[in-house]
Amino acid sequence: MDPDQSEDSPSNSANSHGPTQPQSPFPDEVLEKVLSFIDSRKDRSSVSLVRKDWYNAERWTRSKLFIGNCYSVSPEIVARRFPRIKSVTLKGKPRFSDFNMLPRDWGANVHSWLVMFAKVYPFLEELRLKRMTVTDESLELLAKSFPRFKALTLSSCDGFSDNGLKAIASHCRNLTELDIQDSVTDDVGGGWLSCFPENFASLEVLNFSSLNCEVSFDDLERLVGRCKSLRVLKVNDSITLDQLRRLLVHAPQLMELGTGSFMQELTPRQYEDIESAFSNCRNLQVLSGLWEATSLYLPVLYGACASLTFLNLSDVALQSSEFAKLLVHCPNLRRLWVIDTVEDKGLEALGSSCPLLEELRVFPSDPYDRHHRDGVTELGFLAVSRGCRKLRYVLYFCRRMTNAAVVTIVQNCPDFTHFRLCIMTPGQPDYLTNEPMDEAFAAVVKTCTKLKRLSVSGLLTDLTFEYIGKYAKNLETLSVAFAGSSDWGMQCVLEGCPKLRKLEIRDCPFGNAALLSGREKYEMMRSLWMSSCNVTMKGCRLLAREMPRLNVEVIKDEGNDDGQADRVYVYRSVAGPRRDAPPFVLTL
Amino acid sequence: MAPPLITTTTISLLFSLHSFSSSLIPKTTPRIAQPLLRFSFLDFLGIFFSLKVESLMRTAVVSGGGGLNSIGSMSTLSSEEKSMVMSSEDSSSYPDEPELELGLGLSLGGGKAKPRPPPAKAAAAGSWDQYARILTAKDFPSMVSTKASSSSSSSSSSPAAKANNNNGSCGTKRTAEPSSPPGRSAVSQVVGWPPIRAYRMNSLVNHAKSPAMEESASAIDKSKGMNLVLDKTNYSSNRNHNVAKERGLVKTSLFIKVNMDGIPIGRKVDLSAHSCYDSLAHTLDHMFKLSAAVGATRSKAEEEVIMGGKRRPPILLDSSSDFVLTYEDKEGDWMLVGDVPWEMFLSSVRRLRIRRTAEVNGLGLMKGTGDS
Repeated sequence: MDPDQSEDSPSNSANSHGPTQPQSPFPDEVLEKVLSFIDSRKDRSSVSLVRKDWYNAERWTRSKLFIGNCYSVSPEIVARRFPRIKSVTLKGKPRFSDFNMLPRDWGANVHSWLVMFAKVYPFLEELRLKRMTVTDESLELLAKSFPRFKALTLSSCDGFSDNGLKAIASHCRNLTELDIQDSVTDDVGGGWLSCFPENFASLEVLNFSSLNCEVSFDDLERLVGRCKSLRVLKVNDSITLDQLRRLLVHAPQLMELGTGSFMQELTPRQYEDIESAFSNCRNLQVLSGLWEATSLYLPVLYGACASLTFLNLSDVALQSSEFAKLLVHCPNLRRLWVIDTVEDKGLEALGSSCPLLEELRVFPSDPYDRHHRDGVTELGFLAVSRGCRKLRYVLYFCRRMTNAAVVTIVQNCPDFTHFRLCIMTPGQPDYLTNEPMDEAFAAVVKTCTKLKRLSVSGLLTDLTFEYIGKYAKNLETLSVAFAGSSDWGMQCVLEGCPKLRKLEIRDCPFGNAALLSGREKYEMMRSLWMSSCNVTMKGCRLLAREMPRLNVEVIKDEGNDDGQADRVYVYRSVAGPRRDAPPFVLTL
Repeated sequence: MAPPLITTTTISLLFSLHSFSSSLIPKTTPRIAQPLLRFSFLDFLGIFFSLKVESLMRTAVVSGGGGLNSIGSMSTLSSEEKSMVMSSEDSSSYPDEPELELGLGLSLGGGKAKPRPPPAKAAAAGSWDQYARILTAKDFPSMVSTKASSSSSSSSSSPAAKANNNNGSCGTKRTAEPSSPPGRSAVSQVVGWPPIRAYRMNSLVNHAKSPAMEESASAIDKSKGMNLVLDKTNYSSNRNHNVAKERGLVKTSLFIKVNMDGIPIGRKVDLSAHSCYDSLAHTLDHMFKLSAAVGATRSKAEEEVIMGGKRRPPILLDSSSDFVLTYEDKEGDWMLVGDVPWEMFLSSVRRLRIRRTAEVNGLGLMKGTGDS
């Protein structure tokens, strides 16, 4: 049952053309052949809207499925429309679940999808899941149902353990990718790694850096030695420096490396050995891990940094001096993730050492301000913007910011596509002038015309949202917290921002009027999240009544006043209300 | 029962703090979400007394069980309370929390507000910290997101359940569970804020503590270092800081390695998910399947009946069993688990090892004050 083009395509059947449709100038086979080259989702979507035979040709030739919200459509509908899928990307929970704002067992379980896929897509090769619950049972089903299965990515998923991974390792003979990112599971147990068969050698990507388990190093070493095409290897912190050295000796061709623990008492000889092992890795573009690395051991890396484009230091809190020394060796850096212990001084060094930088993420070492460390300030951000003019993505956690600084920053770097500024104290004004941060974000949306994603913070009035609605023509994702003065703010955004897809709001004084003002807009968006705002059940019910194609879900809190709708999640769906909603989720 | 003293100093401190904190309420405070519910005078007293005791002890504010228990437990507070009060740090999910907040609110005559932005850093000095922390308004939704504690990867045994069951199952080593107000840092601990992924939080915590790192990285000042695990490791150190060590409400994980004789691959266990030896031993038992190993044929229910409703001590804490649980402490010595108070154990344990009794006798295991 090889899915090739010689099968009868339904577009050939006489019934597919309406009586009024003119004959297509192309034979269907040609149309399908041409369309099979189109990969972009948006293009395919446009193609399917041209006419009926194009719609059919498109659905028969689509092999990659992307579902941004697993509840917006059902497995049955998908199976009916697309008969030949080889790759599926599924996203589940709303993003705020990353921050524990969703109760456990909220949903987004992949199992029902897998059951359908097993029936309809036996030749499935890739599965990429984000924020979904994946049980061992599901992994076992996956392992046994798809003989050609190749690539599994689990990003921010939960629900699985050793047993599920064991099934994958044992049964997926053609596995090329096993990529587990930011998993939220407890101790998984490390026995799964030893379940890859002795002759299994096809792995290209192996990432278990976020798994809390200890694997058998001998089995890992053998596995790495066998898999000659391995290009991505990210181990967890149970692997020591010396063990890493042995792995590097087997795999100098690596392009992406996640080290294990970077602290170990090494003899001078061992130090030299690992230094040369790193120097042999000439293809390294991505480096991460480095747990507990100190100024003593960082230098062993220097030899591998020349071609580095992405350096992820978000798991090791470096000081500015050792950070600066490391950066000298990374002139080609394009992406950097770092913890704010490097302080402004470190960011100054970044500005001078890495002119090609496009993405910077600075994470806080002390998010709850227990130790009153300075972290980074507006000065560090300014320094980076002066040195790295190509900056387009920033995520910046800080304790203080000024309007003037942000205005200058976006003048230096007008190409921002993602601007996520998090002033960690809710509702904090410009610390020099004590004014709201409205002007800062006004400058961002006015200057950065390509802006697609924006997260605002600090003390903000409705003015900020007026600006956003008016100027942010390309904005797709907006995150708001502890901001705004009245419904008018949210209304501005909903009436402006033509390309808005995701809106997430928490702790803002927006109420029913604001919620309802966007009713038509929500059908053009993926989802809306509002929590701890002034929205009531009545408002939600009204919205649900007026817009039947939206799912309006309220997550009930116990002991809460019945009138308030504390957590509201609104999304468009062709699948109707959820059938698997737990008792605390009310669909109105 | 030693009656706690209500001094005029305390009262004036509280009242002045109220005016201080209320002046910090910003103009754009979000609306109050939670009506005043379930408040009782006893709760107020209990909260008040526990505040006082804390100031006397000058310890960091702690997290603990709900305020309702505080009256009964006050009588048993002793010098050991200092450590006990530190213990039940787990779980940010106390259904009683609203009562605590409300009680404080009433005592200070203030209405209850949603999370205020924290007082300026200037306030976070010395003993102000404790009061400031207790007073800091808490985001009400965070109370009820009981399962969504900030450290996502809670083990299968719910920490909240553990906290509530403490008095029952873990009473052996201490007289009563102190129930002090949950600790707060100077920043109001709002669920999901700052927006950092739970995975990253855990990563920051689990890899923050490393004594060797403190030695080798001279640039890292001890107080500036990554002591995100906070005081579990620092508590029994000799620092004379009187600055209140802030303990957040956030449940942070404390994963340590566990190895067992004869098994090459170790596991990891989250100590912060446990509040006593009993629960830890049961978890390890389950993890390494020790009960099965010793051929336990009776079901637990049957055993309970036979033992007259009392639970059999877990295998690892049972001196007559084949297995012995040991731990390596900060000085590198191997000790028997179970001899020191739980909190002291938490602050000094580096890793665990389950040994078979036969092999233990040959080792020069150091013991605590109890006998095995």
